[in-house]
Amino acid sequence: MESGHYRSTKLPDIKLMMWIFLASDTMFFGTLIGTYLVYKGRSLVGPYPVEVLDIPLTTVSTFVLLMSSFLMVLALHALRQDDTFRFRLWTFGVAFFGSIFLGFQVYEFAHFVDLGLTLQGNLFGTTFFVLTGTHGVHVTIGVIWLLSILVHSFVKPWTSKDEVYLEVAGLYWHFVDVVWIVIFTVVYLVEFA
Amino acid sequence: MQARRWRLGGLLLAATLLLAGCEFAGPQSALDPQGPVAQAQKDIFLWTFWLSWPVMIGVFGTLIFAIVRFRAKNASDAKAIPTQTHGNTTLEITMTVVATVIVVLVAVPTVRTIFATEQRVDVTALEPGDVLVKATGYQWWFKFEYPELGITTANELIIPAGRRVVVELDSADVLHSFWVPNLAGKRDMIPNNRNQVWFVADQPGTYYGQCAELCLGAHAYMRFRVIAEDDAGFDAWVAAFQGAADQVVQADPLVQRGQQLVAQKGCIGCHTIDGYYANVPVGNPDFPNLTNFGLRTTVGAAVLDNTPENLAAWLRDPQAVKPTNRMPTLWVVDDPNADEEIDAIVAYLLSLGVPDAASAALAQGGLHGGQ
Amino acid sequence: MAVSKVTVAAPAGSGVFTRPNWDAGWLSWLTTVDHKRLGLLYIFTSFLFMSAASIEAFLIRLQLAVPNNTVLNPDAYNQMFTMHGVTMVFLAIMPLGIGFANYFVPLQIGARDLAFPRLNAFGYWIYAVGGLFVYSSFFLGGAPDAGWFAYSPLTSLSNNPGNGTDFYMIGLFVGGIGTLVTAMNLIVTIISMRAPGMTMMRVPVFTWMMLVTAFMIIFAFPPLTIALFQVIMDRTFGTLFYVPQAGAMPILWQHLFWIFGHPEVYIIVLPAFGVISEVIPTFSRKPLFGYPVIILSGIFIGFMGFAVWSHHMFTTGLGPVVNTAFALTSFVIGIPTGIKIFNWVGTIWGGKVVFTTSMLYAISFLITFTIGGITGIMLAVPPFDAQAQDSYFVVAHFHYVMGGGALMAFFAGVYYWFPKMSGKMMDERIGKLGFWFLVPGLHLIFFPQHIAGLMGMPRRTQTYVAGIGLELPNLLSTAGTFVMMIGLILLAVNLVHGLLRGKPAGNDPWDGRTLEWATTSPPPHHDFDRQPVVNDRDAHWVQKYPESVHGHRVPESASEPYDANGIHMPGQSWYPFIMGIAFLPFSYGLLYHNFWVLGLSILIFFVGTFGWAFEGVGGHHLPAGGHAHPKGARS
Repeated sequence: MESGHYRSTKLPDIKLMMWIFLASDTMFFGTLIGTYLVYKGRSLVGPYPVEVLDIPLTTVSTFVLLMSSFLMVLALHALRQDDTFRFRLWTFGVAFFGSIFLGFQVYEFAHFVDLGLTLQGNLFGTTFFVLTGTHGVHVTIGVIWLLSILVHSFVKPWTSKDEVYLEVAGLYWHFVDVVWIVIFTVVYLVEFA
Repeated sequence: MQARRWRLGGLLLAATLLLAGCEFAGPQSALDPQGPVAQAQKDIFLWTFWLSWPVMIGVFGTLIFAIVRFRAKNASDAKAIPTQTHGNTTLEITMTVVATVIVVLVAVPTVRTIFATEQRVDVTALEPGDVLVKATGYQWWFKFEYPELGITTANELIIPAGRRVVVELDSADVLHSFWVPNLAGKRDMIPNNRNQVWFVADQPGTYYGQCAELCLGAHAYMRFRVIAEDDAGFDAWVAAFQGAADQVVQADPLVQRGQQLVAQKGCIGCHTIDGYYANVPVGNPDFPNLTNFGLRTTVGAAVLDNTPENLAAWLRDPQAVKPTNRMPTLWVVDDPNADEEIDAIVAYLLSLGVPDAASAALAQGGLHGGQ
Repeated sequence: MAVSKVTVAAPAGSGVFTRPNWDAGWLSWLTTVDHKRLGLLYIFTSFLFMSAASIEAFLIRLQLAVPNNTVLNPDAYNQMFTMHGVTMVFLAIMPLGIGFANYFVPLQIGARDLAFPRLNAFGYWIYAVGGLFVYSSFFLGGAPDAGWFAYSPLTSLSNNPGNGTDFYMIGLFVGGIGTLVTAMNLIVTIISMRAPGMTMMRVPVFTWMMLVTAFMIIFAFPPLTIALFQVIMDRTFGTLFYVPQAGAMPILWQHLFWIFGHPEVYIIVLPAFGVISEVIPTFSRKPLFGYPVIILSGIFIGFMGFAVWSHHMFTTGLGPVVNTAFALTSFVIGIPTGIKIFNWVGTIWGGKVVFTTSMLYAISFLITFTIGGITGIMLAVPPFDAQAQDSYFVVAHFHYVMGGGALMAFFAGVYYWFPKMSGKMMDERIGKLGFWFLVPGLHLIFFPQHIAGLMGMPRRTQTYVAGIGLELPNLLSTAGTFVMMIGLILLAVNLVHGLLRGKPAGNDPWDGRTLEWATTSPPPHHDFDRQPVVNDRDAHWVQKYPESVHGHRVPESASEPYDANGIHMPGQSWYPFIMGIAFLPFSYGLLYHNFWVLGLSILIFFVGTFGWAFEGVGGHHLPAGGHAHPKGARS
């Protein structure tokens, strides 16, 4: 990246950095999911998970998030081909799908609160909102990041030389996606298994 | 160099003292076991302690020999270049094996002792003779309940010597830890986390206990006593408690006045006293139960001996005796009636569990004669 | 940063602020991204916090000199030992290791800086801000008082209504972020920026241990950060993570804390192992004995460090099976530690031992740490731990490991590296005099505490029962603090004396073995004039004494010129400082539930991130094979 200094690996610093960050972030989510599992079934009052979780709805939002990862791959591929239009289109698509996911989450949270599930109400509420909320913050940061890339590409066109910067954003995005799959399984699916 | 030898000398001295054993005896010493659990814990400590000697002699001996033998003798020697050796695989393997052997020597008796002392006792299937106690930690005192005997008391755990005591542990607020070094190592009292400790006291005697988990405030003063009685003494103590509801308050007018003051001053708002005006329920289970207080040997969670002077000092200014504790101060500094009222309450409290004044001293001696 | 498009030498003034290019003056310390300056800032700041912690420790010992003493009331006492622990662990010893790493990892691997210089500065400012924030609690209603591991539910709002706990939770939460980014930065640096020829098995041991440490940090800090976050949520937003009345399990905190906490022990000790592994070979004039074994055992300790946390919880009733499992893993971790000690002794064996002050501290480390290790094995025996846990025996044990171990190793490092950092020598006579107060004083403080613990003295008690044999050990212990204090004062005097009056050190006063001794003292801004080329573990030694290394092919050159563009020096930046300082409004806003202030800080983060990213790395290039750095060319 920076000329004038020898590098002992071929891996760009920033990419290595992202991998290390993600390794660390795994522990963040691991701890939150662990807390959720430890407190599973320990709520003294309702609403309990089976009363509020809506599998079909969340399946749709999960599918949207999965598709966004697919678009991320397309965007990176386009940038490598120096296909500026498709790079911008797919990058926008990722951010857009991410936003739809966030919309689902906002709706879900509001709906749960209507059903009486709150942060302070019972342990399920506490652990559920903090876990999925933390994930939501990750998605939000990802959306802002991708939109910034999009805007920046109009200020100063991106070429295949800038590939690594999109790739790093992509790594982050795929990770957030994978974490959601785990959360969806642990919080939603297991409840009805 | 000199100081290092001196330090080793200090270690040797300490070891000799440990050997002597008696130097470290005491009512709160883990090195003075008075029952099989604490004995096992001390034994495994001594085993590791003796094992550490060859290790220390080996390491420190080699180290000191090396720094003396291979020291640079003068300025030009300090510029010399010794042979640049990088290691020795055989030696490394040997040392790894040695270290592993030492670890195994520790590990095997450790596992045996864990299973001998830490197995949870099934309290629904106690053996005959076992005593079941439920201990609850509060900031900053201990509540002891004997569910099978229907007894509730505070800060003094009376047990029969030679019989297994199973203590179920709970906490009403923050973490506490139940530790009677003479009898058994500590076990934490954690909300929503059922814990248990069991032990046997070989001989009648008084053993000191103390909370070992930070609970703020008066943590340092959160103490208790375990008093082991012979079977007869224990039975008498149980009888005194089970009959407490029917006990007759002493006729002494001072005691009678004290009984009234306990209500006027609000003591019974918190403290339960079985037999206080027969069949009038008083107190709150989340505060120390004062039933048969005259039989207690200490005041304020084992902070003071239970003498009339100490009890009076405690009542007059609890914060001075045990800073930050939750007992309110009942008299303003210049209250003209304070002395008289405190004397009366002291007389009343010390009469609890003691049939009448004449036999009070006798009863006290008889119940705790083993100390 | 991610979207920054690095152009060589971004034009000055491309950011929101004009890009700073101070050459000197105090402002240059705020905008610096130079790893050496940041290293010095870390070391200086950690010494400041260490002084505060020493005063706290001194007050604790004064209170305990005799039973029922009244120097400190229980509340003040609780604050003192909590702050002493928090300071020593989070604000003094760990940052001291990170400070040395900042300064010496790039030098040891022949690099011109860390991989992300601005991130490095950011990490430092977060640490400084987090530390100041926690210390401001003394003036804002009382310091944290729930012990350095702040066991739930003692930290809940109902049990601890004061602000102290918030200062602890938020301060460590913020400080942890700084530690995390610094660790990530170190990993990338060590993996990517080693000089040509420096394979992983030629990396100096201090750098190696920092790599293991940094990996431990990135896995150990998240559980702590989340646990802190949970308590902050409980106290600020009324969640129920640690509310037993709602069914929560306070013991969860203990698990999360120690999943972090035990690795933290090694996060502190492994850099110390690294320092020792530099000092002992240098002053024995011999390569480290069993280098691969030292490295492998360090890695092994790093892994096993995550598998022993419950040995801090033997008395919480986990049951005999769990206790057995964690006892065994704890025994196993003792093996590589023992092997390391053996290898250090093996390094001395057959060498030429030069008794500098640094070497004296290293030898005292070996002795003290061995004793601490032995009591550690004792404590790993659950039945004995039942007696010793939370007693003064534990206090003695971890002070032997942390104080007599890690800290003495770092003092060895201070004496060892001071000439390199300042270009001047510390005084050996003052140094040795200080040593003979400091180390015996330390043993006088902590050895009797073993006995006090066995005699039944619980830790964290502001007084103790009179008449059961605790008076003598406590009095000796308190006497020891006076002796050790003299040693610490002499160390401080020596540091000042060295800076003001020290004799010139030259590049290589100790006849060193690793690359940091190949450059000037202090090193130039760009560290090395030419790119070092490495062909041996003792890269510098082998250049000086090629004949001493049998059968070694003498390399033609120890260095090569940097490539045609010259060496790129990153530009200074305001953003790390601004974003670091923004954690102050963040912390106070969160603490006082002032969400406007909190929002302001988040706005600063948001804007700052973009400013940071679009500012780019910037910097300038030194000519290839350049020598002294051209004055005024720093933009």
